[in-house]
Amino acid sequence: MRAIAGLTALALLWNAAAAWAEEPAAGCDVPAYLLSTDVKLNKVAEAVKTDRRLDILVIGSRSATVTAPDGSGFPGRMEAALREKLPTVQVQVSLQLQIKRTAEDVVKDMESLLAGRNPNLVIWQTGTVDAMRAVDPDDFRTAVDDGVAALQKHGADVMLMNLQYGPRMETMMTTAPYLDVMRVVAQQHEIPLFDRFAIMHHWNETGSFDLFSPSRGVELAKRVHDCLGRALSTFVIDAARIKPAELRTQR
Amino acid sequence: MTSVTDHPSSGLAESAARDPAPAPPPVQKKLAPPVGPPASGERELRLDLFRGLALWLIFVDHLPPNLFTWLTIRNYGFSDATEIFIFISGYTAAFVYGRAMTDRGFVVASARIMKRVWQIYVAHVFLFTIFLAEISYVATSFENPLYTEEMGILDFLKHPDVTIVQALLLKFRPVNMDVLPLYIVLMLFLPPILWLMQRKPDLTLALSVVIYAMTWEFGLNLPAYPNGVWYFNPFAWQLLFVFGAWCALGGAKRMAPFLSSRVLLGICIAYLLAAFFVTLTWHVPRLGHFVPRIIEQWMYPINKTDLDVLRFAHFLALAAVAVYFLPSNWPGLRSPWLRPAILCGQHSLEIFCLGVFLAFAGHFVLAEVSGGAVIHFAVSLSGIVIMSAAAAVFSWYKQVAAKGGKDAKSAEANADLAGGGS
Repeated sequence: MRAIAGLTALALLWNAAAAWAEEPAAGCDVPAYLLSTDVKLNKVAEAVKTDRRLDILVIGSRSATVTAPDGSGFPGRMEAALREKLPTVQVQVSLQLQIKRTAEDVVKDMESLLAGRNPNLVIWQTGTVDAMRAVDPDDFRTAVDDGVAALQKHGADVMLMNLQYGPRMETMMTTAPYLDVMRVVAQQHEIPLFDRFAIMHHWNETGSFDLFSPSRGVELAKRVHDCLGRALSTFVIDAARIKPAELRTQR
Repeated sequence: MTSVTDHPSSGLAESAARDPAPAPPPVQKKLAPPVGPPASGERELRLDLFRGLALWLIFVDHLPPNLFTWLTIRNYGFSDATEIFIFISGYTAAFVYGRAMTDRGFVVASARIMKRVWQIYVAHVFLFTIFLAEISYVATSFENPLYTEEMGILDFLKHPDVTIVQALLLKFRPVNMDVLPLYIVLMLFLPPILWLMQRKPDLTLALSVVIYAMTWEFGLNLPAYPNGVWYFNPFAWQLLFVFGAWCALGGAKRMAPFLSSRVLLGICIAYLLAAFFVTLTWHVPRLGHFVPRIIEQWMYPINKTDLDVLRFAHFLALAAVAVYFLPSNWPGLRSPWLRPAILCGQHSLEIFCLGVFLAFAGHFVLAEVSGGAVIHFAVSLSGIVIMSAAAAVFSWYKQVAAKGGKDAKSAEANADLAGGGS
């Protein structure tokens, strides 16, 4: 009897310990309000439901990657997370890297970026280069506005992603106007905004990540991108009102 | 991101206060925007108080967001401490130098203003040097691959020849260093503004409004380096400065009956509440639906660079409410609790520069010690304590120096100096 009780207690402890150990491993929860949106990604929902495919294009700057455009940046991590969550859907995420180019530069080439592709969703990560070069916020607004319109015209759902939060960066550049512009443009076009800045800020505040770390290692960057990719996958599924469970039962 | 401004005045206001004042219009109790020198030669403490508070808020806004940040007014409406600062600067500058212009003539007063401009310029260059030192350190010691892209902003360090010259020309203004250049430009144009203001105050104000309107119509601004324009557009922000000057030279007095009306108070409060609600939707996006789309489209973006009308109106409403509820003889002004803020307001240039420096230092400490709400809080609080302590030392020194003066003449010279910088 006593042995059974002891074993049970041990098992419970083990479970608790395992659960506890798992949490820090994920460790990058995002509060629900940062991942909720009233806007619906109709094209994504339709593609997933009828074609069982999901084709996502990320247009991003250098901060869409860790060291090189391999799978360790958030686009690759999002792909992995989506495949895991939607096993019955063929998920494809590609990345168009636009290094050192402002929103305006990117918009000029939007046609050629989209040539031959028909993504269901385009995630446009922008603002960093504009903030670094202190582009006039009004010009930035016009550019983002035009870019979103062009993407929508191309027939894709559009999602904006704003700047990275970096504690040291605040000393060096002004981010607020660019964050504001992106929020406003998203509101006006009724498209979702993935608030990378607020999310990373939250992680830094809650101690999920030490973003102050001066370390040269890529470990931290990889973990952050992994978490961003996962949060993105949740956000996309949520915004498209996809119920993974339903997809599975239908099959 | 705001930053600062102003100061000519404080010392000057003090010197003014010391003389047996001719004229400054005795503002009666509730009138004028938060300011309004009482006639008798007593110092207008409300001015100092609000300027001191604005200095604190600017310092807190320059730090990474933390608990204290929630106390700053920009979270509760459209305008922020910068508006208060520029307005009070215009007010005090007009008050002090306007008297100099009456007493000693246009040339002497202009010379004094130019001396002040030079002091602000030197302060700006000094802050830039500190900024360069900090940035250079960060650039060489910090290579987190997560921020490879953002570190590109330090590329300017590779061209010190261009960068430093552009900084001296006020075109290269790193983060948090935008206000002093604005202030320099505004002060440069103070002599003609004052000259005209003493003759045709309403015309001057009208001209200022015209320039403001033209700024919006034609997109006037000054170029910045490496690209873009001034973050605080002097063509737009001059409106607050000139309006401050207009109030100081009699406008406040004339507006008095108007400002004490309850109807106006009601309108102001309603506007402040509406602004508060809109601001709330920024922090709680869920509330966003309650703002009608049409209003949203008309309202956004609320442009800080060009001093959006909504911001200006918000500042006016705040000022009107403050003046209504805080008469210049409000006993709280003598309370020891407000003393630190008042002292800071009386030494605004020094305290402003100190605030910018402390914000740099605060960023640095937070980066090296790593975050944590407690440390954040401690940094903010100690910054404010240091600013207050420094202000107390400046006051003490000024008093001692003044006592040392042998006759009225040297006292006056001291006062001048004080206006200049102390």
